[in-house]
Amino acid sequence: MELVYKVEGGDFNKAGHASSQIKRVLKQLGVPPDVIKRVVVALYEAEVNIVAHAWRGVITAGVNESGIRVVLDDEGPGIPNIAQAMEKGYSTASAEVRDMGFGAGMGLPNIRANVDEFNITSEVNKGTVLDFFIKF
Amino acid sequence: MTIRELVKEMDLQVFSGENGLDREIEGGYVSDLLSDVMGFSQEGEVWVTLQTHKNIMAVASLKDLAAIVLVKGLKPDEDAMEVSNEEGLPILGTDKSCFEFTGKFWSLIN
Repeated sequence: MELVYKVEGGDFNKAGHASSQIKRVLKQLGVPPDVIKRVVVALYEAEVNIVAHAWRGVITAGVNESGIRVVLDDEGPGIPNIAQAMEKGYSTASAEVRDMGFGAGMGLPNIRANVDEFNITSEVNKGTVLDFFIKF
Repeated sequence: MTIRELVKEMDLQVFSGENGLDREIEGGYVSDLLSDVMGFSQEGEVWVTLQTHKNIMAVASLKDLAAIVLVKGLKPDEDAMEVSNEEGLPILGTDKSCFEFTGKFWSLIN
């Protein structure tokens, strides 16, 4: 099964929509609650990253009996230094975004802590592709 | 303890999500950083915060939290209340500071 969602950069009104839809599908499929909890944390953080940092992006979630693979492919400014972006507390979020309680530099570490496979590639002024897999 | 009992005990205002007042409370979490709540809160907890925008509902719903309590007399945004009503996940309010509310809440459930 493949689920595809478009995400608009800057649209905080819809942030979490894709995560919520995918959570619903996983529940219907009878995926164990502990696994769903991990998927939700990783997915929401990654979705918010697109909203907070990119211009637009596409989330593709592939589900089969072994697990869920999620690819978040965005068009945006990219990440010049991925190692730095992975550090807890490092963020380039705007003051406005931080005022909302986002941009604490916890997103990428939260994602990595909850997934079984994690891969991120980025090109400056083009975009970022984040790919993770969680086993059922 | 249920949310309804907490509302009565601590004289909380119910802004929205009244159909979720019988949710059972498993604990509490205090933070204004959404990623912190996303990463570390647990199902059934009451989230105490001063954030009032719609995204608190996305986080609370994704994490299956029991309710949100806004401190210091803060009021939720209209669109946050709409989601709260749809999901039956209450947004509550207190005039107390976060410190005072959390202290009393902790002693009530422990």
